[in-house]
Amino acid sequence: MIPPRDLFPDRAAVSARHPAIMAGSRRAQIIGWALVALLVALTVLSLSRLEFSFARLGSGLVQLGTFLGLMIPPSPGAQLATFSKALAETVAIAFLGTLLAAILSFPIGFLAARNVMTNRVVQFMTRRFSDSIRGVDTLIWALIWINVVGLGPFAGVLAIMTSDIGSFSKLYSEAIESVDRKPSEGVISTGGSSLHAVRFGIIPAVLPVLISQTLYYFESNTRSATIIGIVGAGGIGLHLAEMIRTFEWDRVAFIILMVLATVALIDFVSSRLRLALVGQRTTPV
Amino acid sequence: MSHATIRLPDHQIELLSAGYRRELAQRRRMALVGFVILMLAVLLSGFVAEVRPGVLFENIGKFTSYFGRIFYLDTGALVFTDIGEWFWGFWKWGKQLIDTLLIAYLGTLFGAIFAFLICFSAAINLTPQAGIRFAARRYLEFCRTVPEIVFALIFVVAFGLGPVPGVLAIMIHTIGALGKLFAEVVENIDMKPVEGIVASGGTRWQSIRYGVLPQVLPNFASYALLRFEINVRGASVMGFVGAGGIGQDLIEAIRKFYYSDVSAILLMIIATVMVIDIATERLRHRLITMEQGR
Repeated sequence: MIPPRDLFPDRAAVSARHPAIMAGSRRAQIIGWALVALLVALTVLSLSRLEFSFARLGSGLVQLGTFLGLMIPPSPGAQLATFSKALAETVAIAFLGTLLAAILSFPIGFLAARNVMTNRVVQFMTRRFSDSIRGVDTLIWALIWINVVGLGPFAGVLAIMTSDIGSFSKLYSEAIESVDRKPSEGVISTGGSSLHAVRFGIIPAVLPVLISQTLYYFESNTRSATIIGIVGAGGIGLHLAEMIRTFEWDRVAFIILMVLATVALIDFVSSRLRLALVGQRTTPV
Repeated sequence: MSHATIRLPDHQIELLSAGYRRELAQRRRMALVGFVILMLAVLLSGFVAEVRPGVLFENIGKFTSYFGRIFYLDTGALVFTDIGEWFWGFWKWGKQLIDTLLIAYLGTLFGAIFAFLICFSAAINLTPQAGIRFAARRYLEFCRTVPEIVFALIFVVAFGLGPVPGVLAIMIHTIGALGKLFAEVVENIDMKPVEGIVASGGTRWQSIRYGVLPQVLPNFASYALLRFEINVRGASVMGFVGAGGIGQDLIEAIRKFYYSDVSAILLMIIATVMVIDIATERLRHRLITMEQGR
Protein backbone atom coordinates (compact mmCIF):
# COMPACT_ATOMS: atom_id res chain seq x y z
CA MET A 1 0.00 0.00 0.00
CA ILE A 2 1.26 3.45 -0.84
CA PRO A 3 1.33 5.89 2.07
CA PRO A 4 -0.63 9.00 1.06
CA ARG A 5 2.38 11.26 1.57
CA ASP A 6 4.31 9.64 -1.30
CA LEU A 7 1.63 10.77 -3.71
CA PHE A 8 2.87 14.33 -3.22
CA PRO A 9 6.64 14.23 -3.63
CA ASP A 10 6.69 17.93 -4.57
CA ARG A 11 4.55 19.15 -1.70
CA ALA A 12 6.90 22.11 -1.05
CA ALA A 13 6.70 23.14 -4.68
CA VAL A 14 2.90 22.87 -4.62
CA SER A 15 2.62 25.12 -1.59
CA ALA A 16 5.00 27.60 -3.22
CA ARG A 17 2.80 27.67 -6.31
CA HIS A 18 -0.51 28.05 -4.45
CA PRO A 19 0.32 30.11 -1.36
CA ALA A 20 -3.25 31.37 -0.90
CA ILE A 21 -4.79 27.89 -0.64
CA MET A 22 -2.09 26.52 1.63
CA ALA A 23 -2.14 29.57 3.92
CA GLY A 24 -5.91 29.25 4.22
CA SER A 25 -5.67 25.67 5.33
CA ARG A 26 -2.90 26.57 7.80
CA ARG A 27 -5.17 29.18 9.39
CA ALA A 28 -7.95 26.61 9.74
CA GLN A 29 -5.41 24.22 11.25
CA ILE A 30 -4.30 26.76 13.85
CA ILE A 31 -7.91 27.47 14.81
CA GLY A 32 -8.60 23.76 15.02
CA TRP A 33 -5.61 23.10 17.29
CA ALA A 34 -6.47 26.09 19.48
CA LEU A 35 -9.98 24.71 19.86
CA VAL A 36 -8.67 21.27 20.80
CA ALA A 37 -6.25 22.84 23.31
CA LEU A 38 -9.11 24.81 24.84
CA LEU A 39 -11.31 21.72 25.14
CA VAL A 40 -8.47 19.72 26.72
CA ALA A 41 -7.65 22.52 29.19
CA LEU A 42 -11.30 22.79 30.20
CA THR A 43 -11.48 19.01 30.58
CA VAL A 44 -8.42 18.89 32.84
CA LEU A 45 -9.80 21.77 34.89
CA SER A 46 -13.19 20.12 35.34
CA LEU A 47 -11.72 16.71 36.10
CA SER A 48 -9.71 18.18 38.97
CA ARG A 49 -12.53 20.42 40.19
CA LEU A 50 -15.10 17.62 40.21
CA GLU A 51 -12.69 15.39 42.17
CA PHE A 52 -12.15 12.66 39.61
CA SER A 53 -9.44 10.18 40.51
CA PHE A 54 -8.30 6.86 39.12
CA ALA A 55 -8.62 5.26 42.54
CA ARG A 56 -12.25 6.34 42.81
CA LEU A 57 -13.11 5.30 39.25
CA GLY A 58 -11.36 1.96 39.75
CA SER A 59 -13.07 1.03 43.01
CA GLY A 60 -16.39 2.26 41.60
CA LEU A 61 -16.01 0.08 38.53
CA VAL A 62 -15.25 -2.94 40.73
CA GLN A 63 -18.40 -2.20 42.75
CA LEU A 64 -20.40 -1.80 39.55
CA GLY A 65 -19.12 -5.19 38.38
CA THR A 66 -20.38 -6.78 41.60
CA PHE A 67 -23.79 -5.17 41.14
CA LEU A 68 -23.95 -6.39 37.55
CA GLY A 69 -23.17 -9.90 38.76
CA LEU A 70 -25.96 -9.68 41.33
CA MET A 71 -28.39 -8.45 38.65
CA ILE A 72 -28.31 -11.83 36.93
CA PRO A 73 -30.79 -13.41 36.77
CA PRO A 74 -33.32 -10.55 36.92
CA SER A 75 -36.28 -11.47 39.09
CA PRO A 76 -39.26 -9.58 40.48
CA GLY A 77 -39.23 -11.50 43.76
CA ALA A 78 -42.76 -11.54 45.16
CA GLN A 79 -43.58 -8.10 43.81
CA LEU A 80 -44.55 -8.76 40.20
CA ALA A 81 -48.10 -7.47 40.75
CA THR A 82 -46.88 -4.29 42.48
CA PHE A 83 -44.39 -3.57 39.73
CA SER A 84 -46.97 -4.20 36.97
CA LYS A 85 -49.44 -1.86 38.59
CA ALA A 86 -46.78 0.81 38.97
CA LEU A 87 -45.79 0.40 35.34
CA ALA A 88 -49.41 0.78 34.22
CA GLU A 89 -49.53 3.92 36.32
CA THR A 90 -46.40 5.17 34.57
CA VAL A 91 -47.91 4.68 31.12
CA ALA A 92 -51.15 6.33 32.24
CA ILE A 93 -49.19 9.32 33.57
CA ALA A 94 -47.31 9.69 30.29
CA PHE A 95 -50.49 9.33 28.21
CA LEU A 96 -52.59 11.82 30.15
CA GLY A 97 -49.71 14.28 30.56
CA THR A 98 -48.97 14.26 26.83
CA LEU A 99 -52.63 14.57 25.87
CA LEU A 100 -53.37 17.44 28.24
CA ALA A 101 -50.21 19.25 27.17
CA ALA A 102 -51.13 18.82 23.51
CA ILE A 103 -54.63 20.21 24.05
CA LEU A 104 -53.39 23.19 26.07
CA SER A 105 -50.45 23.93 23.78
CA PHE A 106 -52.56 23.99 20.62
CA PRO A 107 -53.83 27.57 21.14
CA ILE A 108 -50.51 28.66 22.69
CA GLY A 109 -48.69 27.48 19.56
CA PHE A 110 -50.83 29.83 17.45
CA LEU A 111 -50.20 32.71 19.85
CA ALA A 112 -46.45 32.16 19.54
CA ALA A 113 -46.42 31.85 15.74
CA ARG A 114 -45.24 34.94 13.91
CA ASN A 115 -47.46 34.43 10.86
CA VAL A 116 -50.69 34.10 12.88
CA MET A 117 -50.13 36.42 15.84
CA THR A 118 -49.56 39.84 14.35
CA ASN A 119 -49.28 41.43 17.78
CA ARG A 120 -45.51 41.28 18.38
CA VAL A 121 -45.77 41.84 22.14
CA VAL A 122 -48.12 38.90 22.68
CA GLN A 123 -46.03 36.71 20.40
CA PHE A 124 -42.79 37.63 22.19
CA MET A 125 -44.28 37.14 25.66
CA THR A 126 -45.68 33.73 24.70
CA ARG A 127 -42.27 32.67 23.41
CA ARG A 128 -40.49 33.74 26.61
CA PHE A 129 -43.21 32.06 28.68
CA SER A 130 -42.64 28.72 26.98
CA ASP A 131 -38.85 29.20 27.19
CA SER A 132 -39.05 29.65 30.95
CA ILE A 133 -41.20 26.55 31.33
CA ARG A 134 -38.71 24.56 29.32
CA GLY A 135 -35.80 25.84 31.43
CA VAL A 136 -37.20 23.95 34.43
CA ASP A 137 -36.80 20.17 34.44
CA THR A 138 -39.78 17.77 34.76
CA LEU A 139 -38.53 16.61 38.16
CA ILE A 140 -38.65 20.16 39.51
CA TRP A 141 -42.19 20.60 38.19
CA ALA A 142 -43.12 17.33 39.91
CA LEU A 143 -41.83 18.67 43.23
CA ILE A 144 -43.84 21.86 42.81
CA TRP A 145 -47.06 20.02 41.87
CA ILE A 146 -46.66 17.69 44.84
CA ASN A 147 -47.07 20.79 46.99
CA VAL A 148 -50.40 21.44 45.27
CA VAL A 149 -52.15 18.06 44.84
CA GLY A 150 -50.13 15.93 47.26
CA LEU A 151 -47.97 12.87 46.64
CA GLY A 152 -49.13 10.44 43.96
CA PRO A 153 -49.46 9.93 40.23
CA PHE A 154 -51.73 12.93 39.68
CA ALA A 155 -48.82 15.24 40.51
CA GLY A 156 -46.84 13.30 37.89
CA VAL A 157 -49.50 13.88 35.24
CA LEU A 158 -49.45 17.60 35.96
CA ALA A 159 -45.62 17.69 35.94
CA ILE A 160 -45.37 15.96 32.56
CA MET A 161 -48.10 18.25 31.27
CA THR A 162 -46.37 21.43 32.44
CA SER A 163 -42.95 20.64 31.08
CA ASP A 164 -44.47 19.44 27.79
CA ILE A 165 -46.42 22.66 27.35
CA GLY A 166 -43.05 24.38 27.06
CA SER A 167 -41.78 21.98 24.40
CA PHE A 168 -45.04 21.66 22.47
CA SER A 169 -45.64 25.41 22.27
CA LYS A 170 -42.22 25.79 20.67
CA LEU A 171 -42.59 22.84 18.28
CA TYR A 172 -46.16 23.74 17.32
CA SER A 173 -45.38 27.39 16.68
CA GLU A 174 -42.41 26.41 14.51
CA ALA A 175 -44.60 24.03 12.52
CA ILE A 176 -47.22 26.76 12.10
CA GLU A 177 -44.61 29.29 11.00
CA SER A 178 -43.22 26.97 8.34
CA VAL A 179 -46.64 26.33 6.77
CA ASP A 180 -47.31 27.36 3.16
CA ARG A 181 -48.98 30.80 3.09
CA LYS A 182 -50.91 30.35 -0.13
CA PRO A 183 -53.97 28.52 1.27
CA SER A 184 -54.61 31.17 3.93
CA GLU A 185 -54.07 33.95 1.39
CA GLY A 186 -56.64 32.23 -0.80
CA VAL A 187 -59.14 32.09 2.05
CA ILE A 188 -58.59 35.80 2.83
CA SER A 189 -58.88 36.79 -0.82
CA THR A 190 -62.28 35.11 -1.14
CA GLY A 191 -63.56 37.13 1.81
CA GLY A 192 -62.78 34.90 4.77
CA SER A 193 -61.84 36.31 8.15
CA SER A 194 -58.48 35.62 9.75
CA LEU A 195 -60.10 32.92 11.88
CA HIS A 196 -61.32 31.28 8.67
CA ALA A 197 -57.77 31.49 7.35
CA VAL A 198 -56.50 29.66 10.44
CA ARG A 199 -59.25 27.04 10.31
CA PHE A 200 -59.15 26.27 6.58
CA GLY A 201 -55.72 27.53 5.54
CA ILE A 202 -53.40 26.50 8.38
CA ILE A 203 -54.94 23.77 10.54
CA PRO A 204 -55.37 21.16 7.76
CA ALA A 205 -51.71 21.62 6.82
CA VAL A 206 -50.21 21.51 10.32
CA LEU A 207 -52.44 18.97 12.05
CA PRO A 208 -50.58 15.89 10.75
CA VAL A 209 -47.24 17.40 11.79
CA LEU A 210 -48.54 18.26 15.25
CA ILE A 211 -50.04 14.80 15.78
CA SER A 212 -46.85 13.13 14.71
CA GLN A 213 -44.71 15.29 17.03
CA THR A 214 -47.09 14.60 19.91
CA LEU A 215 -46.82 10.85 19.32
CA TYR A 216 -43.02 11.12 19.39
CA TYR A 217 -43.28 12.84 22.74
CA PHE A 218 -45.58 10.16 24.13
CA GLU A 219 -42.69 7.72 23.89
CA SER A 220 -40.14 10.04 25.45
CA ASN A 221 -42.61 10.98 28.18
CA THR A 222 -42.95 7.34 29.14
CA ARG A 223 -39.25 7.49 29.89
CA SER A 224 -39.66 10.70 31.92
CA ALA A 225 -42.63 9.18 33.76
CA THR A 226 -40.44 6.30 34.93
CA ILE A 227 -38.29 8.68 36.95
CA ILE A 228 -40.72 11.16 38.49
CA GLY A 229 -41.56 8.48 41.04
CA ILE A 230 -38.12 9.15 42.53
CA VAL A 231 -39.46 12.37 44.05
CA GLY A 232 -42.83 10.78 44.93
CA ALA A 233 -44.97 11.65 41.93
CA GLY A 234 -46.20 8.13 41.14
CA GLY A 235 -45.18 5.40 38.77
CA ILE A 236 -42.45 2.78 38.75
CA GLY A 237 -39.69 5.22 39.74
CA LEU A 238 -40.51 4.98 43.43
CA HIS A 239 -39.97 1.20 43.42
CA LEU A 240 -36.87 1.51 41.27
CA ALA A 241 -35.23 4.01 43.63
CA GLU A 242 -36.23 1.91 46.63
CA MET A 243 -34.78 -1.29 45.15
CA ILE A 244 -31.52 0.53 44.30
CA ARG A 245 -31.24 1.95 47.82
CA THR A 246 -31.83 -1.46 49.40
CA PHE A 247 -29.40 -3.23 47.00
CA GLU A 248 -32.04 -5.58 45.54
CA TRP A 249 -30.12 -5.73 42.28
CA ASP A 250 -32.06 -8.58 40.66
CA ARG A 251 -35.26 -6.55 41.08
CA VAL A 252 -33.57 -3.42 39.76
CA ALA A 253 -32.59 -5.33 36.62
CA PHE A 254 -36.12 -6.70 36.29
CA ILE A 255 -37.71 -3.25 36.57
CA ILE A 256 -35.27 -1.81 34.02
CA LEU A 257 -36.10 -4.64 31.61
CA MET A 258 -39.82 -4.03 32.14
CA VAL A 259 -39.34 -0.35 31.37
CA LEU A 260 -37.29 -1.12 28.25
CA ALA A 261 -39.96 -3.52 26.98
CA THR A 262 -42.75 -1.02 27.65
CA VAL A 263 -40.92 1.82 25.92
CA ALA A 264 -40.22 -0.42 22.93
CA LEU A 265 -43.91 -1.41 22.81
CA ILE A 266 -45.06 2.21 22.96
CA ASP A 267 -42.52 3.16 20.32
CA PHE A 268 -43.97 0.45 18.08
CA VAL A 269 -47.59 1.43 18.72
CA SER A 270 -46.96 5.15 18.27
CA SER A 271 -45.06 4.68 15.02
CA ARG A 272 -47.89 2.48 13.69
CA LEU A 273 -50.41 5.12 14.74
CA ARG A 274 -48.29 7.81 13.14
CA LEU A 275 -48.25 5.89 9.87
CA ALA A 276 -52.00 5.28 10.00
CA LEU A 277 -52.96 8.85 10.88
CA VAL A 278 -50.36 10.84 9.04
CA GLY A 279 -48.87 8.71 6.32
CA GLN A 280 -45.17 8.42 5.67
CA ARG A 281 -44.44 11.84 4.31
CA THR A 282 -44.14 13.85 7.52
CA THR A 283 -41.06 12.96 9.49
CA PRO A 284 -40.34 15.77 11.94
CA VAL A 285 -36.98 16.02 13.60
CA MET B 1 -72.84 35.54 -20.78
CA SER B 2 -72.64 31.93 -21.81
CA HIS B 3 -70.92 29.31 -19.68
CA ALA B 4 -68.45 26.99 -21.32
CA THR B 5 -68.65 24.56 -18.44
CA ILE B 6 -69.49 21.00 -19.37
CA ARG B 7 -72.20 19.62 -17.12
CA LEU B 8 -72.37 15.89 -16.57
CA PRO B 9 -75.72 14.17 -17.01
CA ASP B 10 -77.73 14.07 -13.79
CA HIS B 11 -77.53 10.34 -13.16
CA GLN B 12 -73.74 10.45 -13.33
CA ILE B 13 -73.60 13.38 -10.91
CA GLU B 14 -75.90 11.39 -8.64
CA LEU B 15 -73.52 8.42 -8.74
CA LEU B 16 -70.47 10.56 -8.01
CA SER B 17 -72.04 12.48 -5.18
CA ALA B 18 -73.36 9.26 -3.64
CA GLY B 19 -69.78 7.99 -3.70
CA TYR B 20 -68.58 11.22 -2.14
CA ARG B 21 -71.17 11.00 0.62
CA ARG B 22 -70.19 7.39 1.26
CA GLU B 23 -66.53 8.35 1.60
CA LEU B 24 -67.41 11.20 3.93
CA ALA B 25 -69.64 9.01 6.09
CA GLN B 26 -66.86 6.42 6.23
CA ARG B 27 -64.36 9.03 7.38
CA ARG B 28 -66.77 10.37 9.98
CA ARG B 29 -67.33 6.86 11.31
CA MET B 30 -63.59 6.30 11.58
CA ALA B 31 -63.14 9.62 13.37
CA LEU B 32 -65.95 8.75 15.78
CA VAL B 33 -64.48 5.32 16.52
CA GLY B 34 -61.06 6.92 17.07
CA PHE B 35 -62.59 9.50 19.40
CA VAL B 36 -64.42 6.85 21.44
CA ILE B 37 -61.22 4.80 21.78
CA LEU B 38 -59.31 7.91 22.85
CA MET B 39 -61.96 8.74 25.46
CA LEU B 40 -61.90 5.19 26.83
CA ALA B 41 -58.10 5.38 27.08
CA VAL B 42 -58.39 8.73 28.87
CA LEU B 43 -60.92 7.37 31.37
CA LEU B 44 -58.89 4.22 32.00
CA SER B 45 -55.63 6.06 32.50
CA GLY B 46 -57.35 8.74 34.53
CA PHE B 47 -58.52 5.96 36.84
CA VAL B 48 -55.08 4.30 36.99
CA ALA B 49 -53.25 7.59 37.59
CA GLU B 50 -55.72 8.57 40.33
CA VAL B 51 -56.66 11.81 38.63
CA ARG B 52 -58.81 13.86 40.95
CA PRO B 53 -59.90 17.03 39.20
CA GLY B 54 -61.71 18.06 42.38
CA VAL B 55 -58.46 18.12 44.30
CA LEU B 56 -56.86 20.12 41.53
CA PHE B 57 -59.64 22.70 41.48
CA GLU B 58 -59.66 22.89 45.26
CA ASN B 59 -55.93 23.35 45.45
CA ILE B 60 -55.17 25.24 42.26
CA GLY B 61 -54.97 28.29 44.52
CA LYS B 62 -51.97 26.61 46.16
CA PHE B 63 -50.20 26.51 42.81
CA THR B 64 -50.56 30.23 42.22
CA SER B 65 -50.00 31.02 45.88
CA TYR B 66 -46.84 28.87 45.77
CA PHE B 67 -45.54 31.11 43.02
CA GLY B 68 -46.63 34.08 45.12
CA ARG B 69 -44.88 32.80 48.21
CA ILE B 70 -41.55 32.07 46.54
CA PHE B 71 -41.32 35.78 45.76
CA TYR B 72 -41.54 36.88 49.41
CA LEU B 73 -38.66 36.94 51.89
CA ASP B 74 -38.97 35.57 55.41
CA THR B 75 -39.48 39.11 56.64
CA GLY B 76 -42.63 39.36 54.52
CA ALA B 77 -41.17 41.85 52.07
CA LEU B 78 -41.22 41.32 48.32
CA VAL B 79 -37.95 39.80 47.10
CA PHE B 80 -37.32 42.65 44.69
CA THR B 81 -37.03 45.11 47.55
CA ASP B 82 -33.89 43.48 48.91
CA ILE B 83 -31.85 41.84 46.18
CA GLY B 84 -28.94 41.25 48.54
CA GLU B 85 -31.08 39.25 50.95
CA TRP B 86 -32.85 37.39 48.11
CA PHE B 87 -29.62 36.26 46.49
CA TRP B 88 -27.75 35.84 49.79
CA GLY B 89 -26.25 32.60 48.51
CA PHE B 90 -25.30 33.95 45.09
CA TRP B 91 -21.64 32.88 45.29
CA LYS B 92 -22.44 29.50 46.82
CA TRP B 93 -25.11 28.77 44.20
CA GLY B 94 -22.91 30.25 41.49
CA LYS B 95 -20.18 27.73 42.34
CA GLN B 96 -22.75 24.92 42.25
CA LEU B 97 -23.98 26.18 38.89
CA ILE B 98 -20.41 26.16 37.53
CA ASP B 99 -20.10 22.59 38.79
CA THR B 100 -23.37 21.80 37.01
CA LEU B 101 -22.03 23.25 33.76
CA LEU B 102 -18.77 21.30 34.15
CA ILE B 103 -20.73 18.08 34.78
CA ALA B 104 -22.72 18.72 31.60
CA TYR B 105 -19.51 19.58 29.72
CA LEU B 106 -17.59 16.47 30.74
CA GLY B 107 -20.62 14.24 30.21
CA THR B 108 -21.20 15.66 26.74
CA LEU B 109 -17.51 15.52 25.75
CA PHE B 110 -16.86 11.94 26.85
CA GLY B 111 -20.27 10.84 25.59
CA ALA B 112 -19.57 12.44 22.21
CA ILE B 113 -16.14 10.76 22.01
CA PHE B 114 -17.61 7.30 22.68
CA ALA B 115 -20.57 7.98 20.38
CA PHE B 116 -18.05 8.97 17.69
CA LEU B 117 -16.18 5.69 18.11
CA ILE B 118 -19.36 3.60 17.95
CA CYS B 119 -21.43 5.43 15.33
CA PHE B 120 -19.49 4.08 12.32
CA SER B 121 -20.27 0.52 13.41
CA ALA B 122 -23.98 1.37 13.57
CA ALA B 123 -24.12 2.93 10.07
CA ILE B 124 -25.26 0.59 7.33
CA ASN B 125 -23.08 2.13 4.59
CA LEU B 126 -19.82 1.63 6.49
CA THR B 127 -20.65 -1.58 8.33
CA PRO B 128 -22.37 -4.09 6.08
CA GLN B 129 -21.94 -6.88 8.68
CA ALA B 130 -25.41 -7.22 10.21
CA GLY B 131 -24.12 -8.72 13.47
CA ILE B 132 -21.84 -5.83 14.44
CA ARG B 133 -24.45 -3.30 13.39
CA PHE B 134 -27.17 -5.02 15.41
CA ALA B 135 -24.97 -5.10 18.53
CA ALA B 136 -23.96 -1.43 18.15
CA ARG B 137 -27.54 -0.30 17.63
CA ARG B 138 -28.98 -2.27 20.54
CA TYR B 139 -26.22 -0.93 22.79
CA LEU B 140 -26.99 2.67 21.79
CA GLU B 141 -30.69 2.02 22.31
CA PHE B 142 -30.08 0.70 25.79
CA CYS B 143 -27.98 3.76 26.74
CA ARG B 144 -30.67 6.04 25.37
CA THR B 145 -33.74 4.38 26.86
CA VAL B 146 -32.68 4.05 30.49
CA PRO B 147 -33.15 7.56 31.95
CA GLU B 148 -29.95 9.22 33.13
CA ILE B 149 -31.31 9.68 36.65
CA VAL B 150 -31.57 5.89 36.95
CA PHE B 151 -27.93 5.51 35.96
CA ALA B 152 -27.10 8.27 38.44
CA LEU B 153 -28.92 6.44 41.24
CA ILE B 154 -26.94 3.27 40.56
CA PHE B 155 -23.63 5.10 40.11
CA VAL B 156 -24.10 7.03 43.35
CA VAL B 157 -24.12 3.71 45.16
CA ALA B 158 -21.05 2.46 43.26
CA PHE B 159 -18.90 5.61 43.06
CA GLY B 160 -20.10 7.52 46.13
CA LEU B 161 -21.89 10.85 46.40
CA GLY B 162 -20.64 13.79 44.33
CA PRO B 163 -20.31 14.92 40.74
CA VAL B 164 -18.50 11.77 39.48
CA PRO B 165 -21.66 9.62 39.16
CA GLY B 166 -23.46 12.57 37.59
CA VAL B 167 -20.83 12.90 34.87
CA LEU B 168 -20.87 9.17 34.18
CA ALA B 169 -24.68 9.03 34.03
CA ILE B 170 -24.88 11.93 31.60
CA MET B 171 -22.06 10.41 29.57
CA ILE B 172 -23.89 7.09 29.14
CA HIS B 173 -27.11 8.76 28.11
CA THR B 174 -25.22 11.01 25.69
CA ILE B 175 -23.52 8.01 24.08
CA GLY B 176 -26.94 6.61 23.25
CA ALA B 177 -28.53 9.83 22.05
CA LEU B 178 -25.58 11.15 20.05
CA GLY B 179 -24.56 7.73 18.72
CA LYS B 180 -27.93 7.37 17.01
CA LEU B 181 -27.84 10.88 15.51
CA PHE B 182 -24.20 10.48 14.43
CA ALA B 183 -24.98 7.16 12.74
CA GLU B 184 -27.85 8.79 10.86
CA VAL B 185 -25.55 11.58 9.67
CA VAL B 186 -22.99 9.02 8.51
CA GLU B 187 -25.68 7.10 6.65
CA ASN B 188 -26.57 10.22 4.67
CA ILE B 189 -23.09 11.05 3.35
CA ASP B 190 -21.93 11.00 -0.24
CA MET B 191 -20.14 7.65 -0.60
CA LYS B 192 -17.98 8.60 -3.59
CA PRO B 193 -14.99 9.89 -1.58
CA VAL B 194 -15.04 6.73 0.54
CA GLU B 195 -15.18 4.53 -2.55
CA GLY B 196 -12.30 6.48 -4.06
CA ILE B 197 -10.12 5.93 -1.01
CA VAL B 198 -10.97 2.24 -0.74
CA ALA B 199 -10.33 1.82 -4.49
CA SER B 200 -6.88 3.40 -4.19
CA GLY B 201 -5.97 1.01 -1.38
CA GLY B 202 -6.93 2.96 1.73
CA THR B 203 -7.68 1.20 5.01
CA ARG B 204 -10.97 1.51 6.88
CA TRP B 205 -9.48 4.14 9.17
CA GLN B 206 -8.14 6.15 6.22
CA SER B 207 -11.48 6.01 4.41
CA ILE B 208 -13.19 7.32 7.54
CA ARG B 209 -10.55 9.99 8.19
CA TYR B 210 -10.35 11.36 4.64
CA GLY B 211 -13.69 10.28 3.14
CA VAL B 212 -16.27 10.53 5.94
CA LEU B 213 -14.98 12.97 8.55
CA PRO B 214 -14.79 16.09 6.36
CA GLN B 215 -18.43 15.56 5.41
CA VAL B 216 -19.83 14.90 8.88
CA LEU B 217 -17.76 16.97 11.31
CA PRO B 218 -19.87 20.18 11.23
CA ASN B 219 -23.04 18.15 11.77
CA PHE B 220 -21.46 16.17 14.61
CA ALA B 221 -20.36 19.39 16.31
CA SER B 222 -23.81 20.87 15.88
CA TYR B 223 -25.54 17.85 17.43
CA ALA B 224 -23.00 17.77 20.28
CA LEU B 225 -23.74 21.42 21.07
CA LEU B 226 -27.47 20.73 21.07
CA ARG B 227 -26.86 17.81 23.42
CA PHE B 228 -24.76 20.03 25.69
CA GLU B 229 -27.71 22.35 26.10
CA ILE B 230 -30.00 19.41 26.98
CA ASN B 231 -27.39 18.02 29.36
CA VAL B 232 -27.14 21.32 31.27
CA ARG B 233 -30.82 20.89 32.07
CA GLY B 234 -30.26 17.25 33.00
CA ALA B 235 -27.28 18.12 35.20
CA SER B 236 -29.36 20.67 37.10
CA VAL B 237 -31.40 17.84 38.65
CA MET B 238 -28.55 15.37 39.19
CA GLY B 239 -28.23 16.75 42.72
CA PHE B 240 -31.72 15.39 43.52
CA VAL B 241 -30.19 11.94 43.86
CA GLY B 242 -26.86 13.16 45.24
CA ALA B 243 -24.94 13.27 41.98
CA GLY B 244 -23.57 16.80 42.24
CA GLY B 245 -24.45 20.28 41.04
CA ILE B 246 -27.11 22.83 41.90
CA GLY B 247 -29.91 20.23 42.26
CA GLN B 248 -28.82 19.47 45.82
CA ASP B 249 -29.45 23.06 46.96
CA LEU B 250 -32.69 23.27 44.99
CA ILE B 251 -34.30 20.14 46.40
CA GLU B 252 -33.26 21.19 49.90
CA ALA B 253 -34.86 24.60 49.42
CA ILE B 254 -38.09 23.05 48.05
CA ARG B 255 -38.32 20.35 50.72
CA LYS B 256 -37.57 22.69 53.61
CA PHE B 257 -39.82 25.48 52.28
CA TYR B 258 -37.09 28.13 51.93
CA TYR B 259 -39.38 29.97 49.55
CA SER B 260 -37.23 32.88 48.43
CA ASP B 261 -34.27 30.52 47.89
CA VAL B 262 -36.40 28.43 45.52
CA SER B 263 -37.15 31.41 43.30
CA ALA B 264 -33.54 32.63 43.44
CA ILE B 265 -32.09 29.24 42.46
CA LEU B 266 -34.75 28.63 39.79
CA LEU B 267 -34.08 32.05 38.27
CA MET B 268 -30.35 31.36 38.21
CA ILE B 269 -30.94 28.00 36.52
CA ILE B 270 -33.35 29.47 33.96
CA ALA B 271 -30.96 32.34 33.19
CA THR B 272 -28.03 29.94 32.74
CA VAL B 273 -30.04 27.62 30.52
CA MET B 274 -31.20 30.57 28.40
CA VAL B 275 -27.65 31.90 27.98
CA ILE B 276 -26.40 28.45 26.99
CA ASP B 277 -29.42 28.06 24.70
CA ILE B 278 -28.67 31.31 22.87
CA ALA B 279 -24.90 30.73 22.73
CA THR B 280 -25.17 27.19 21.35
CA GLU B 281 -27.84 28.30 18.88
CA ARG B 282 -25.49 31.01 17.54
CA LEU B 283 -22.61 28.53 17.27
CA ARG B 284 -24.80 25.93 15.58
CA HIS B 285 -26.09 28.51 13.15
CA ARG B 286 -22.52 29.39 12.20
CA LEU B 287 -21.62 25.73 11.83
CA ILE B 288 -24.61 25.14 9.56
CA THR B 289 -23.88 28.17 7.36
CA MET B 290 -20.24 27.03 7.22
CA GLU B 291 -21.49 23.66 6.03
CA GLN B 292 -23.74 25.19 3.38
CA GLY B 293 -21.09 27.68 2.28
CA ARG B 294 -18.78 24.94 1.06
